[in-house]
Amino acid sequence: MSIIPQPLTQFPWRVLALLLAIAMFGTLVLYSAAGGSIFPWATNQAVRFCVFSGMALVLSRIPLEIFARFAFPAYAGVLIALFLVELIGGVAGGSQRWINLGFMQLQPSEFMKPIIVLAVARFYARLPVGEIRSWNAIWPALVLIGLPWALVLVQPDLGTATMILAGGVTVMFLAGLPLRLFIGSGLTLAAIVPVAFSFLHDYQQKRVLIFMAPESDPLGAGYHISQSKIAIGSGGIWGKGFLQGSQSHLDYLPEGHTDFVFATMAEEWGMAGGLLLIGAFMLLFRWGLRVAMRTSDRFARLVAAGLTTTIFFYVAINLMMVMGLAPVVGIPLPFMSYGGSSMLTVMLCVGIIMAIDRSNSRASNPGNWG
Amino acid sequence: MKFPSPKRQIITEAAQSFTFTRRTMVLGAIQGGIGALLAARMAWISIAENEKYTLLSESNRVNLTLIPPRRGWIIDRNGRPLANNRTDFRVDLIPQRVVDADATVKHLAQLLSLESDEVDRIREELDKSAGFRPVQVADKLTYDQYAAVSVRLPDLPGVAPSQGFSRHYPAGSTVGHLLGYVGAATAEEYKERKNPLLITPGFKVGKDGLERAFDEHLTGQPGAKRVEVTARGKIVRELTTRPDTPGHSIKLTIDAGLQEYAGRRLATQSGSVVVIDCTNGDVLAMASMPSFDPNSFSDGISQLEWAMLSQDDHVPLRNKTLQGLYPPGSTVKPMVALALLEAGIGPQETVGCAGALRVGNTLFHCHKRRGHGAVNMRTAIAQSCDIYFYQMAQRIGMDRIAAMARRCGMGQRFDLPFPSQSYGTVPDPAWKLKKYDQKWQVYDTVNATIGQGYMLINPLQMAVMAARLATGKQLMPNFLHGAKRPSPSSVGASEEHLAIIRDAMSAVVNGGGTGGAARMAIPDVLIAGKTGTAQVRRITMAERAGGVRRDASLAFKLRDHALFQGFAPFDNPRYAVGCIIEHGGHMIRNEDAPMIASDTLSYLFDPKKAMEKLETLEKGWGGTPTERQARQMGAFRLARAIEKGEVPPPAADNASNAAEAGNSATPSPAPPAPDEAGDVPPPPGSNVADAP
Repeated sequence: MSIIPQPLTQFPWRVLALLLAIAMFGTLVLYSAAGGSIFPWATNQAVRFCVFSGMALVLSRIPLEIFARFAFPAYAGVLIALFLVELIGGVAGGSQRWINLGFMQLQPSEFMKPIIVLAVARFYARLPVGEIRSWNAIWPALVLIGLPWALVLVQPDLGTATMILAGGVTVMFLAGLPLRLFIGSGLTLAAIVPVAFSFLHDYQQKRVLIFMAPESDPLGAGYHISQSKIAIGSGGIWGKGFLQGSQSHLDYLPEGHTDFVFATMAEEWGMAGGLLLIGAFMLLFRWGLRVAMRTSDRFARLVAAGLTTTIFFYVAINLMMVMGLAPVVGIPLPFMSYGGSSMLTVMLCVGIIMAIDRSNSRASNPGNWG
Repeated sequence: MKFPSPKRQIITEAAQSFTFTRRTMVLGAIQGGIGALLAARMAWISIAENEKYTLLSESNRVNLTLIPPRRGWIIDRNGRPLANNRTDFRVDLIPQRVVDADATVKHLAQLLSLESDEVDRIREELDKSAGFRPVQVADKLTYDQYAAVSVRLPDLPGVAPSQGFSRHYPAGSTVGHLLGYVGAATAEEYKERKNPLLITPGFKVGKDGLERAFDEHLTGQPGAKRVEVTARGKIVRELTTRPDTPGHSIKLTIDAGLQEYAGRRLATQSGSVVVIDCTNGDVLAMASMPSFDPNSFSDGISQLEWAMLSQDDHVPLRNKTLQGLYPPGSTVKPMVALALLEAGIGPQETVGCAGALRVGNTLFHCHKRRGHGAVNMRTAIAQSCDIYFYQMAQRIGMDRIAAMARRCGMGQRFDLPFPSQSYGTVPDPAWKLKKYDQKWQVYDTVNATIGQGYMLINPLQMAVMAARLATGKQLMPNFLHGAKRPSPSSVGASEEHLAIIRDAMSAVVNGGGTGGAARMAIPDVLIAGKTGTAQVRRITMAERAGGVRRDASLAFKLRDHALFQGFAPFDNPRYAVGCIIEHGGHMIRNEDAPMIASDTLSYLFDPKKAMEKLETLEKGWGGTPTERQARQMGAFRLARAIEKGEVPPPAADNASNAAEAGNSATPSPAPPAPDEAGDVPPPPGSNVADAP
């Protein structure tokens, strides 16, 4: 029995402190990226973080049943929005990812990242236990994942499509589908990658090729990766010092405040800053997975692990991209990259995991101080 | 796809939960693994490859600009500068910063009063130029012009006035062919030497003449300026600056005053003068006129000026002193006489000159149709009697004459710091057999003795010949002051023989000979010399019968060359001179070779008096070469404009003024007017010199 009142112990202090630390660090980096100014990025980012943190806390108070009940309707809504984007895009021409609501630009594919996890988890939660090794356990999930995946891929947004696929498949994996299915399709995928490559857009093919050899075209399409590696590499162990990064301040590093914010950070804070940040994210994922493992509800545990993995994909793909291990696909780094959509998505994930965490602790302390 | 039947394997909620936990742990392990991979990658880039990326980051950040080194001076024997560097106010345009290119160029054109062809060039370069490489608007501005642009900078974004150095040749066109000029390096030169300095804006390399020969010596060490720049090339701040080390200077044997005097004294003619110091072979002056102005060449010559120079029939673009080859005409006679003496012919032996001599089937004429009567060696040289030399040369044969000619420097290639040199021909039987596969004929000897036929010489060689005849020593021409060289060997003539030749050459000028015009107005200094006329065309029998046409009635290109070689004082030679006037035709006495050569030498004895005479004469020629060239340029530009229809043709009297302003050289781009004499007021006593 603790003398601290229960609402306070239930309040997710540790994870909030962790997120606050990461976000503050991110704000500091954005302050430097703007040349030592809180405008235009740092203030916006800080305000957004506060707003979305509040939103996450509100989400954490919502009973799990609500999420379960609204998983499919939300999925259907976002899927319709994706169709609409495609239709409008067909009229406007080119790559269309937004719906203009008048007061803001809505990017439905961003919402699909957590919702696909909810929807697939919902599907497996409702599936009778014995059915898990049958064909019926596979095809509906594949349809659930395949529709938004295809819609996002034709936008075309390879990065988001990959994340939707990965999020959905992760839940399928956790749901207990036979392991050989994943191994088998992994091998098949490896075989058809060369074929799929030829279907990619020119600029996507180019990005993949440049990723293989960025130095071959340092002033052209490989410029992003080259400059990003120069920024990280020249930072060394302890970095060049706060506000001392030449790559970002002299505009050699493109997208230094959005997708390549990690390079901006690493130039000034060095490997020390980079490892600290990676470590902080790892703590976040550990928290998410531990929440999942503590949970007994099938839907909740699938959602918790799935959403954690979704955040993980953000971090992993972005970091691999800026360090030259993956092609440039336009995935931002959560809490660090300037931008509202991605922070909203990640905070949705965090909020839902917090809700799951909360329901766990209530279940373990039933009626305590009722 | 075939799946195991659910009945075969009972799956319970508990089993599934266990699977979930295990797989979540696997997932966690994978995430941790990827996290470790990312950390390892991070460490690899920032520790192992830190040095490489630090270097790349620095090379991004720091832009190294070279500061072109100041070029070494070229000074004359007395330390006067022949080529130096002038503080240069210039204005450039930085294309990327220009907001309204059209208005800016218009404004600048008005501020700096730019010509329309310049404005066109700027517009064209501005279109082609990318990024931050500046486009030159104008250089050599006065301080006032520089200041006028500087105060208006707030209204003129992208305009960059600056201060630098540019090559300056105080004597202008009179040193053009001697020193050459400088200019930006060509793409080929850069490919060959790969030196980044070569493509630094404002850096110039020697393009011709001594500037080219001593380029390495004159080029200094560049300075460097390190600046921090953004990815778009904007300069953030200056980091460090290392000043340049100027190149070494070169001291020439040239006398700057004499060089300029010689160039100006050549008047409106197409000709050259070379003066050599008889004590050691130092070249004191080597002028070829008309010439380009190396000052305007060094800034990048305008197309218009180039067109004007290349269309001029006085070939200002050719260095006549080294590349011009002319039949030496009668100027070889003293040398031939020296060969005669060496072969044992007495100076008093006489030949009867009846005005013509039959050799084989051909009748060879003396320039004096009625003949000279009985002539000895002294008279033959003084009166330039051809018949004497026809006769005597046949007695000793060509080989002995050719040997003497070579010892006197004819056909000799000197080791000179110039990129190209034509060294002429001394024909003899062996040469003709080799070259034409023909036997040497008596008439070849006859032609060669009066410097016609195959014999060719350049003006420098003629001055060397004069110096060698004067001293009896095989002096070698030299341009570097204080250069060490072996003492010259002898020409192989006895002092007694040389005295006879010197006396005869004095008689040419002072003893009623053909070179009376060369008499010097310096008391106690007598000049010795030999005149010459080199035929450019064959005189046919028919023409001879009807009377040989006077040069004044011929087209410029068909007129005879006028030549003079000599030295002073005649009894104790100190300076030797060679002068060739292309197509001069001995038409204007004060613009003829003898008087030009003599006046040039007189500058060495009494510069003040010589200068006074020159200034008086120049009034009649329309001013100094620079003034004349400027007017010629103006007329040419006007003519071009009229041709292109930009300017309406002026009223008739204006046009004739413009043509007159052009003076002797081409007044219009139309075929050059052959009758140049019409533009020059005939000076008093301008009779045709009586020299062959």
